[in-house]
Amino acid sequence: MTAASVTQAPPRRRLRDRLPVLHQLRQSVGLQRGMLVAGLIMLGVFILCAIFAPLIAPYGFAQRADASGSFGTQQPPSPEHLFGTTVGGYDVLSRVVFGSQTAILVVIVAVTLSLFIGVALGLYGGYFGGWLDKVMVVVFDAIYAFPSLLLAIVLSIVISGGQSSLWGGVLAAGGSIIVVFIPQYFRVIRAETVRIKAEPFVESAKVLGASSTRIVFKHVFRNATRTLPLIITLNSAEAILTLAGLGYIGFGIEPTAAADWGYDLNKAQSDVTSGIWWTALYPGLAIVIAVLGIMLVGESLNDLADPRLRARRRVSQASGQVAETSVVPGGTLTAGPGGIDGLEDGETFDEHGIEVKR
Amino acid sequence: MSTVVDIRNLGVSFSTDAGAVKAVEDVSISVERGEVLAIVGESGSGKTVTAKTILGLLPETATTKGAVVLSNREGTRESDVISISKQKLRDIRGTDVAMVFQEPSTALNPVYTVGWQIAEGLQAHSDMSKKEARAKAIEILGRVGIPDPEVRVDHYPHQFSGGQKQRVVIAMALVLDPGLIVADEPTTALDVTVQAEILDLLRRCRDEFGTAIVLITHNMGVVADLADRVAVMYQGNVVEQADVKTLFAAPQADYTKALLAAVPYVGHGTVRAAERAAARPTNWTDQPPVVEATDLEIVYPGRFGRAGFRAVDGVDLVIRPGEVLGLVGESGSGKTTIGRAIAGLTKVTGGSLKVLDAEMNGIRERQFRPLRSRIGFVFQDPASSFNPLLTIAECVAEPLVIHGRAKDASSARARVNELLEAVQLPRAYGDRYPHELSGGQRQRASLARALALEPELLIADEPTSALDVSVQARVLELFAELQREFGFASLFISHDLAVVDLLADRIAVLYRGRLVEEGTGTEVLGSPADPYTQRLLASLPVPDPVAQAERREELRRLREAE
Repeated sequence: MTAASVTQAPPRRRLRDRLPVLHQLRQSVGLQRGMLVAGLIMLGVFILCAIFAPLIAPYGFAQRADASGSFGTQQPPSPEHLFGTTVGGYDVLSRVVFGSQTAILVVIVAVTLSLFIGVALGLYGGYFGGWLDKVMVVVFDAIYAFPSLLLAIVLSIVISGGQSSLWGGVLAAGGSIIVVFIPQYFRVIRAETVRIKAEPFVESAKVLGASSTRIVFKHVFRNATRTLPLIITLNSAEAILTLAGLGYIGFGIEPTAAADWGYDLNKAQSDVTSGIWWTALYPGLAIVIAVLGIMLVGESLNDLADPRLRARRRVSQASGQVAETSVVPGGTLTAGPGGIDGLEDGETFDEHGIEVKR
Repeated sequence: MSTVVDIRNLGVSFSTDAGAVKAVEDVSISVERGEVLAIVGESGSGKTVTAKTILGLLPETATTKGAVVLSNREGTRESDVISISKQKLRDIRGTDVAMVFQEPSTALNPVYTVGWQIAEGLQAHSDMSKKEARAKAIEILGRVGIPDPEVRVDHYPHQFSGGQKQRVVIAMALVLDPGLIVADEPTTALDVTVQAEILDLLRRCRDEFGTAIVLITHNMGVVADLADRVAVMYQGNVVEQADVKTLFAAPQADYTKALLAAVPYVGHGTVRAAERAAARPTNWTDQPPVVEATDLEIVYPGRFGRAGFRAVDGVDLVIRPGEVLGLVGESGSGKTTIGRAIAGLTKVTGGSLKVLDAEMNGIRERQFRPLRSRIGFVFQDPASSFNPLLTIAECVAEPLVIHGRAKDASSARARVNELLEAVQLPRAYGDRYPHELSGGQRQRASLARALALEPELLIADEPTSALDVSVQARVLELFAELQREFGFASLFISHDLAVVDLLADRIAVLYRGRLVEEGTGTEVLGSPADPYTQRLLASLPVPDPVAQAERREELRRLREAE
């Protein structure tokens, strides 16, 4: 028996294939690509607005007058105020643009905190089990019973007595999201951990004598995180909706502290019946675009990550190269077109159990 | 004789992320009425794809060319499966062609009774009343050898054993009396003794029902036992087609020769084992054993209020330094449990198990951990025993890092390279990820990892059962070579007597948690004393159609004698 002597460096993927979103974008076709592109555009607009708000917005979010005097209240759209002004005399466009900053802040606070806490608890509960795990499962199940908006109201009263500053409002919305979403991360990571715990590679680490900490962090954690991107996007959308909901029922952020789409919608309620559409339309649209953008991106990234849901271009009649099978002396060393990377991770069977080896 | 299915110039391609992949290139096969055609080949040779094409079961990502002409039992209707509409395809499925799947436990729906599932096919193709369909289901269950079919027809799949489930699946295929049955690895998921029974049943399908069978398998023994004609597939093409006796006696294609040479025979290893035994020093038996089990008992705790499951029951065995003990048994015989107990993965509940002088009954992980560096473990499935996110070099370096022989994976690289070369993998493979290696290469890397600390004891749990025959042969050879070189003692667990025979100094046979027979290969395989061992040995199909026919007779006599 001789060792196969042909050695090649494994084919390195090019940079554009390794960047997370760009890779998926290149991979997608048809409707899935359309959804992803639409989502990315909406998300891009939302994020750019948040970053460059002071440059884009013609006025400040709490500005009611400029050099030429007061804006006036409920003014229809005009060259000076493209989206008109609100009943409080603010410029609608500026408030819509600045509102994206507040929204992104909530997303960051809510998602990072619940992510860290939920993942840590999930890893612990899933790997070690025991009474603490059982208690956590029961407690987190109980939390599911609370409507998140109710929690947000309670938190906003606790944090700022109902009258909120920027951080008061952000923390109230973010806090309720954290409380509601920790169980989600916990559940997902716990389930994955329990599954991975039984995988032979974890057992093989055990057999080698690895300590539990090493197994959890080196072998379990990284393999358990693949469903997280989808939950993160869903949670981000939910966080924005909760902030808007809080503002809408009157627990919003004071207009002088920050721009809050929900608060503006609340104040626009009475305008709608008197034919003043612009005060409600634009903040509402902003919420829709932000949430829809995030959802579309999350949904299509999820579809693309799953080989069973991913659409592919049809191939021409009986084309391509035939796989080399293992009987070649020395084993197969060269991959087919596209390198072995093209195969799904470790899988040589597709969803129908057909071997699609190269 | 007339042709049941005629495959002409079939080509199948799949669209994948990396472009088109051709699974079948240019295949022409035909099957006559009442004939068993075996399609043989290794993973990726296109045999399953070819078979699925006959039923029109290819996924949407597939494109096909050529023609698959299927005629019905009477020969009055012909249809090209590739070009007909979905509606017509539904009509011919079940009536003209039926399928028997590999895994009987997933082919049956667990929430319906087997009678309902058989009747479903009947009612889909005729306006039979429920009563008639039930009567027919009872009749067919009786004919495939299910005892008490009147009662069993109302049972759910989980109430049947694995072999019986496969009988039910075959009954479902037979109930509409199709001219052709496609059987995709129908016995791979079954134990050897059950496999022999299912093969008998399939033979009866041909003889009594006059059904043609397309049998897809990688097991040459099964081919020799059942097939009339064989088509050997390699890389999407048929490389050889011949009568079964001609093929085994005088294979033409090089690939067929290589494939046949790689199949292990019972009796090949006894010479080598005798040589090894002769070379041992005289006081060898006085050395303290590496593993010593006395009256070993392992009970898995049952659910609340129920007795636990006794997986291992009063087993005594000894492994001395440098000795390979082969542990053979069917699924559920407790062989894997014993291996896991020795590696400290399963708790010992009774008796005594001494591993490297440590008593495993009641040991704590903390006390056992230092001993782990002296034990290696090779897992059954090489695909899942590597962390998919670490490179092969990092995986092989794990034991070195854990036991403080190296600071991190990169400083262990020199030693890792040595190990990779010892298992005949190019050192550059260390930079690859596990999924970038083939099954055999992964299993060799797995051996490298197990040997990294030069253990005194290596536990190999079915290390080759997930591999193709030719790859299996090379991994086994490597294992024997490494064993000579490193001189470790080994517990080699397998369900395949021929594989164990190749490597083991002594063979122990387990049956339902009890050790029924133990001895050297010559003793156990040459003149088995226990009736179970006899049956196990007789059930094992040999890759030789003439010899297999004789063995079949012998097995029948054994069964009647019981």
